[in-house]
Amino acid sequence: MELFSTESKKIVTDPLNVNNPISLQVLGICSALAVTIRVDQAIIMTFAVIFVLCSSNVAISLLKDHIPSRVRIVIMLAIIAGLVSFVDEVLKAYLYDMSKQLSVFVGLIVTNCIIMGRAEAFAIKHGPSKAFLDGLGNGLGYGMMIILVSFFRELFGAGTITLPNGGAGYVLFSIERDVEWLINAGYENIGLLVLSPGAFFILGLVIWVQREIAGLEEEE
Amino acid sequence: MDNMNFLKKILERSGKLFEKGRPLSWAHPIWEATDTILFSTDKQTDSGPHIRDNMDIKRTMFFVVIALIPCYLFGAYNIGYLNDMATTDVSRSMFGNFIFGMSYVLPILIITFVSGAICELTFSVIRRHEVNEGFLVTCALIPLTLPPLVPLWQVFIGTAFGIIIGKEIFGGVGTNIFNPALTARAFMYFAFPTRMSGEKIWAVLPDGNTGATALAIPANSPKNIASDLFSEASNVAPNYFDFSLWKMCWGLIPGSIGETNKILILLGAIFLVYVGIASWRTMVASVSGLFFTAFLFNILAGFSTNAMLTITPLQHLLIGSFLFGTVFMATEPVTSAHTNKGKWIYGFMIGVLTVIIRSVNPAYPEGVMLAILIMNMFAPLIDYYVVKSNIKMRIARNA
Repeated sequence: MELFSTESKKIVTDPLNVNNPISLQVLGICSALAVTIRVDQAIIMTFAVIFVLCSSNVAISLLKDHIPSRVRIVIMLAIIAGLVSFVDEVLKAYLYDMSKQLSVFVGLIVTNCIIMGRAEAFAIKHGPSKAFLDGLGNGLGYGMMIILVSFFRELFGAGTITLPNGGAGYVLFSIERDVEWLINAGYENIGLLVLSPGAFFILGLVIWVQREIAGLEEEE
Repeated sequence: MDNMNFLKKILERSGKLFEKGRPLSWAHPIWEATDTILFSTDKQTDSGPHIRDNMDIKRTMFFVVIALIPCYLFGAYNIGYLNDMATTDVSRSMFGNFIFGMSYVLPILIITFVSGAICELTFSVIRRHEVNEGFLVTCALIPLTLPPLVPLWQVFIGTAFGIIIGKEIFGGVGTNIFNPALTARAFMYFAFPTRMSGEKIWAVLPDGNTGATALAIPANSPKNIASDLFSEASNVAPNYFDFSLWKMCWGLIPGSIGETNKILILLGAIFLVYVGIASWRTMVASVSGLFFTAFLFNILAGFSTNAMLTITPLQHLLIGSFLFGTVFMATEPVTSAHTNKGKWIYGFMIGVLTVIIRSVNPAYPEGVMLAILIMNMFAPLIDYYVVKSNIKMRIARNA
């Protein structure tokens, strides 16, 4: 298989749009709700998930002929858990403050349905290069969605946009600081969006718009 | 009548522009709405079923709006009256008070209708269905549930949220689960808590004065008898808020715009029951639910330091928005239970939950909004089991 054929392009781009793991398969919602309060958290989380997803897909794809199908779930879990522990340790070593903010949610990548789902649905049946592309595509699809959700939640909920820069982050944009006239005109942050129901509303609206654009209808 | 014919001719001629294949066909719902609001339809069905009574959604909605008008008028007067009472160097006539209040109520009303109309028109154009008049009632209800000092842009966002999330995503009028007006209010309550609760927003007062609602007084107080607290609040200076039972009934107290006068709400209830729109079962059931739970809490009050438990059933009925919610929100035909037995259960639970949320949860002094929304959610389930049990009963009887 060539790396740049139409087929492999499709493997990467499908999860971004018509087969998005969050908005169409509705997988990985738990972390999408938990780490989308600030954009920088969502970005770091995206990198963590892309790394785990790509490497677990490749590892499982390489081992696929040696894994007995009866115990495959346990083996997949062991591989994924190992990779997640590695990411967790790296974050603790180099981005300690951020890892404290993400707290258990890095560890919980183990139980993220997307990773197990891709291993079971794709990596176990395909070669390592395809599995890598699939992991990349799904990781990007996941990241795209949570960064989008966190963008709206942070902008309208807290009035800022924060980029990753240590624990506190770099405040790229702040309504209070940059558009003072809006505050003077009586603008207030929508506190609801910082709470978890706000994440549900935003995610629901994003899914709605995304399906409308992709032209998909729920089957009757 | 010449004018009317002229208008009809314009509509008929312009109507052709909006037909299929013509340049303005995308805007057909807008034309349709204008036409049906101004004239009754001339379409007739060729075969049955024929509808003999012209009691359509439009008429139903119109009756509800009529029932709300007294609440609007009194709400405006009350804003002016409270301001007059609290301000020492101002003295206005009754009409002056009314105009003063209207200057707060009208902008809220206009913004609500603009926001509601934009959402409704957008959706009917995209989905190519007729504009449904349901949004008029939703928009007429929303301002009555808001404090007079609410910022207008929040009203705009809240109304849009209520119409879109509360109604349109479920498929429009008749298919929604939650009452759209209450959805709007709940959104605003949680999105902008400082603007929807507290002591400074319920009446237009000069700087430095606060006007707590009747519910906030026992809620913020250590163990005491609620009745004592009410009379204390009425007698301590500045004593322009009188929380005696009669005054609370007559509604010259701080609160949301439309809910303070219980007498006008009762008149509205009688009117709605008379024309057959609202269900008396729901209303009677929820009042009895409220009385039952309040009475129970009165007995239990001795074991607790919570002053809210000492509020008597009658006080519970007269303070806060309970009556308004029961009459105009809980009875909404779409979101309430549909079976008669179901309405008893649905209404009773609204009364029970209102008192529980009011008394036990210190974060929410008023519980009727959440109580109705919760029971909206359970209404289909209640109906399902009422129908099931009815089937079972009839099988047993005929076996």
